[in-house]
Amino acid sequence: MARNIYEKIWDAHVVAEPEGQDTILYIDRHYVHEVTSPQAFEGLRLNGRKVRRPDLTFATMDHNIPTTDRSIPIQDPLSKQQVETLKANCEEVGITCFDMHDRRNGIVHVTGPEQGLTTPGMTIVCGDSHTSTHGAFGALAHGIGTSEVEHVLATQTLLQKRSKTMEVRVNGTLPVGVTAKDITLAIIGKIGTAGGTGYVIEYTGEAIRSLSMEGRMTVCNMSIEGGARAGLISPDQKTVDYLKGRPFIPTDRDWDELAAEWLALASDEGCTYDVLVELDAAEIQPQVTWGTSPGMVKGVNDKTPVLAELEGNEKLSTASALKYMDLAEGLPLTEIKINKMFLGSCTNGRIEDLRAAASVAKGYKVNPSLDQALVVPGSYEVKKAAEAEGLDQIFKDAGFEWREPGCSMCLAMNDDILQPGDRCASTSNRNFEGRQGKGSRTHLVSPAMAVAAAIEGHFVDIREWKFN
Amino acid sequence: MQAFTTLKGIVAPLEALNVDTDQIIPKQFLKRIERSGYEDMLFYDWRYEGDGKTPNPDFEMNAPRYQGASILLTKDNFGCGSSREHAPWALDNYGFRCIIAPSFADIFYNNCFNNGMLPIVVDTDVVDGLFPEVRATEGYSLEIDLPNQKIVKPDGSTIAFELNPFLKERLLNGWDQIGLTLRHDDDITAYEKKRGIA
Ligand code: SF4
Repeated sequence: MARNIYEKIWDAHVVAEPEGQDTILYIDRHYVHEVTSPQAFEGLRLNGRKVRRPDLTFATMDHNIPTTDRSIPIQDPLSKQQVETLKANCEEVGITCFDMHDRRNGIVHVTGPEQGLTTPGMTIVCGDSHTSTHGAFGALAHGIGTSEVEHVLATQTLLQKRSKTMEVRVNGTLPVGVTAKDITLAIIGKIGTAGGTGYVIEYTGEAIRSLSMEGRMTVCNMSIEGGARAGLISPDQKTVDYLKGRPFIPTDRDWDELAAEWLALASDEGCTYDVLVELDAAEIQPQVTWGTSPGMVKGVNDKTPVLAELEGNEKLSTASALKYMDLAEGLPLTEIKINKMFLGSCTNGRIEDLRAAASVAKGYKVNPSLDQALVVPGSYEVKKAAEAEGLDQIFKDAGFEWREPGCSMCLAMNDDILQPGDRCASTSNRNFEGRQGKGSRTHLVSPAMAVAAAIEGHFVDIREWKFN
Repeated sequence: MQAFTTLKGIVAPLEALNVDTDQIIPKQFLKRIERSGYEDMLFYDWRYEGDGKTPNPDFEMNAPRYQGASILLTKDNFGCGSSREHAPWALDNYGFRCIIAPSFADIFYNNCFNNGMLPIVVDTDVVDGLFPEVRATEGYSLEIDLPNQKIVKPDGSTIAFELNPFLKERLLNGWDQIGLTLRHDDDITAYEKKRGIA
């Protein structure tokens, strides 16, 4: 019978289906970071349990680390303790850790694929909701809580119920200036932030196929913002080409054989899904969020909602979002002025994102009305590649700050934090109240749109940009 | 893990949609490496004035009549956003053992069960009907009867709810899921052998 990729991966990972219980599913790769793991390691110690497969577990520090000079010790005692705890835990049980001085360090969802630790057909988990990013490689990847982190450390398995599947098909060709970020925001705008709850999404269609691996990661990354725990894309030649020669790709296997195995994981012709959602790429505009949830999003040439046109719950949440965001009803999005910009995160902190952003920035200056414009690469590898191409110089010449890699202002756990009342164009994935700092306001956009807004001081339609 | 069988308690209303985990517990409190002590950080940005200490009188749950509540009544998509288990820890540490809503975000929902907490899904109409009832009577309490999967209202009428039988079993017995899975250690080893990854 024709199977979709989710069904194939699921079937291949069933360890046991005990009567009256959820399925015990094997986990091939477990990523760990400093924020959601300390209590899990502590739980193991309290119960005298061991880590079953330290060799399948990889740790990185990303959420809590400074993006400024790393040779200076971390100032915040709690952050310092958390980072040191991760290192000590990894050393104790023999887990490879890309600590903050390791040249492989970066945001967990950037380093995994970059190092070749994420490959097609794997089951991947991490105590982080954006683990869905790894689905871009045709892996079943999703976020878990700390108790589940402990469960995976102890057993290398997870208790799971089979999900329903949703096919999100993006037909046609993307217009120039419209990116993976705009696709994913448009999808969330269509299905809503809970539209994918209970589903695993497979993204299909010509517009998805045409994306680079970086673009596919951006799309899968935000699956969780649409409520889906996991989103994936069937592997193809681009997937295989991206992975070839990466540091952790097994060398004891014949490459062509391995590649053929991966390609065979793609969803079979004629397979079925529980639900189909279709979008036409040609109709997708550059997107800007205006509210406090990623589903509160519109095309850049639209206006903020008008309350009189809404009813019930939608009216309630729109009113509260407009109030928090301090925006008038019916306001053209291009009239929204920003005073900060953040380019980075596991959504848009990859080399392709920096290239797109630099091409917009080239020959321009950050608008004097901005108080800060941060560029934070997703990893050291990305930083190194960008510097080799001279992108850092373009950013610096234009007045952007060029930082060390990490999560940074995406969740503002370190010093990169917005102040109350700040309004920020951000390439990250969440515009929740206070996400980037208490009382701050976040507008989610693509890298090119963020940089253009930083230069003009307000949002502009990137399709009309004059590139130097 | 603490078991959950029945619970009778005061209900606190939180009439908001899509309450995300950043609201339940903001990131600055995720730096701690403990599993408890998060009670004062729950709903931090809403609960306190700018000084982070003075209770915000506009935050409904701060009213004296809701102190000691153990059941939280809220709206759709509660717990969306990050996977942080600090969210259920904070709710639990504060005293909430049960949350009633029309829907929950996936990861949050799972995290609750791993902490002996019961998230109950009931129809939007029912939830919308409960808000005015809760507000009308000071000390409004509900009785949660997990074995029979029903909520008993003060007037004796009941609301039935659905639940995955395995999750129910785990809550009722307070089973530790790692302990359960480790009973299948041989299966895991056999699986690893079969895949050639032993
Ligand atoms: S970049 Fe942001 S969303 Fe991604 S892992 Fe870090 S904090 Fe989470």
